[in-house]
Amino acid sequence: MIVLKNVSMVFNPGTVNENPAINTINLKINEGDFITVIGSNGAGKSTLFNLIAGTITPTQGSLALNNRDITHEPEYKRAQYIGRIFQNPLLGTASNMSLEDNMMITHKKGFKWIKRSLNNRMRDYFKTELVQLKMGLEDRMKENLAMFSGGQRQALTLLMMVLSKPELILLDEHTAALDPKNAEIVLELTHKFIKEYKLTSMMITHNMTHAIEFGNRLLMMDKGEIIFDVEGEEKKALTVEKLIEKFHQIRHKTYENDRSLLSED
Amino acid sequence: MVEAIFVEGLIYGIMVLGVFITFRILDFPDLTVDGSFPLGAALMVQCILMGTNIWLALLIAFIGGVLAGITTALIHNHLKVPNLLAGILTMTMLYSINIRIMGNRANVPVLKEETILSSVSEMFSSFIPEEYIFLVFFMLVVGVIKVMVDLFFRTDLGLTMGAMGNNEQMVISQGVNPKTLKTIGVGFSNGLVAISGAFAAQYLGFADVGLGQGIIISGLASVMIGEFLVMKSNRIGVLTFCAIAGSILFHAVMYLGRYYGYVIDMTPNDLNLIKGLLIIILLVITQSKKLKKTAIRAMVSK
Repeated sequence: MIVLKNVSMVFNPGTVNENPAINTINLKINEGDFITVIGSNGAGKSTLFNLIAGTITPTQGSLALNNRDITHEPEYKRAQYIGRIFQNPLLGTASNMSLEDNMMITHKKGFKWIKRSLNNRMRDYFKTELVQLKMGLEDRMKENLAMFSGGQRQALTLLMMVLSKPELILLDEHTAALDPKNAEIVLELTHKFIKEYKLTSMMITHNMTHAIEFGNRLLMMDKGEIIFDVEGEEKKALTVEKLIEKFHQIRHKTYENDRSLLSED
Repeated sequence: MVEAIFVEGLIYGIMVLGVFITFRILDFPDLTVDGSFPLGAALMVQCILMGTNIWLALLIAFIGGVLAGITTALIHNHLKVPNLLAGILTMTMLYSINIRIMGNRANVPVLKEETILSSVSEMFSSFIPEEYIFLVFFMLVVGVIKVMVDLFFRTDLGLTMGAMGNNEQMVISQGVNPKTLKTIGVGFSNGLVAISGAFAAQYLGFADVGLGQGIIISGLASVMIGEFLVMKSNRIGVLTFCAIAGSILFHAVMYLGRYYGYVIDMTPNDLNLIKGLLIIILLVITQSKKLKKTAIRAMVSK
């Protein structure tokens, strides 16, 4: 579905601060894939997401969606078919607006016109969808989102994104800023939605157990490269120990603190 | 003379609505206002002198304001100039343009010509007392504009604009170009400001190139006073009402300063100082309120 060809990204090229964040990556994301992405800090995971989402344009290489070149398509246009959730739960919703207004804005992608679509039929639709979250939000349609917890807002962002039916969803450590209980709830919902709506998705996580448990494919990144890409049965057989060993095998090096680098939980 | 305060407050209230849209909804501090206010006045007066239909003249003033706003937004969007600087650029250029529009004069009177206000007062002078005609008229005009603004911000486009001031990333994630939204919003806001200028010129009986000097400060002070009336609300109807009420209150304060300021040896020249101090005081009060709130919260959580 989405193909990255020889993609490289260098920040501040030609200066002392030159920083090669992504180094000639080739990646093919197939339809229906649920890819987990792991790697230490600075491995280029978020930069990879920024490249796919269109926040930044690669210094080299090209991106294509269903054989259509999208290398230079701006982020807001790609957002029509790529959904993204950030680590910061505040980024997905507008704090000083009511829940129903937020849901109305995110209901349909693309430019909005001078038309009032929020009516009782839409409200009923939103309410029935909100029930899925099991958070009782369906009774708080008129409340400002500033009154909601981070977990509730992240769950809401997830639901609203799923309802807009994107072709690919990017989850950028979307549970990392939540407390353990909420993180688990949001992760469970993520799993449920991805299965139910058969979404193609990529998830960055610092939690190796999650990376192994979820999804059908796993990418390990280091220094701007994808050093390990497994799927199917091979991935199912993975354990945390095997993963760390694999890392050493490929990189021929040992970090004393590699457990913290790849962080087990 | 109370009705004069209300009339002035309502006329400038249209401008305050514009300032409210840019500063509070779009989070785009737009200084174009200082130029688009006299632009509206200049266009209106010049059209009246040329014998254009007075309502068409008002429309032309509105369009002129919209174009001024769009200029600022385009400079900001495409040249990557900070929004404050983009506004100052447009405002500075408008100074020359306004003088051009008024036929290379800095001040053009319209005392004897037929204006919207003179025709209105002629029409109703038989059954409404003279001094209340303008009051009723402007209550209607501002009421209509307020309702239109309210309705606009409840449409899908308006809601998305509301989200942008709050969270630009969310708007991008919805597949909407924030640049387009800024252009529409700032254009619309300056259109309102120009209408306000057009009415002000007719009310004062002249258009002056200095009419807009420091007007953004008056607008901002009015918005902030209005916010004191109701601290928190997510309903656009309440917010716009507060902005207009803030404008009336602000003009009441200015009126007091102008007519009774001599008691403390104050001259009209001191009014700009008073405006600035007013804003600073309002900021201080808002800050201390916030601090108190966080202090209480900290104590409760302990």
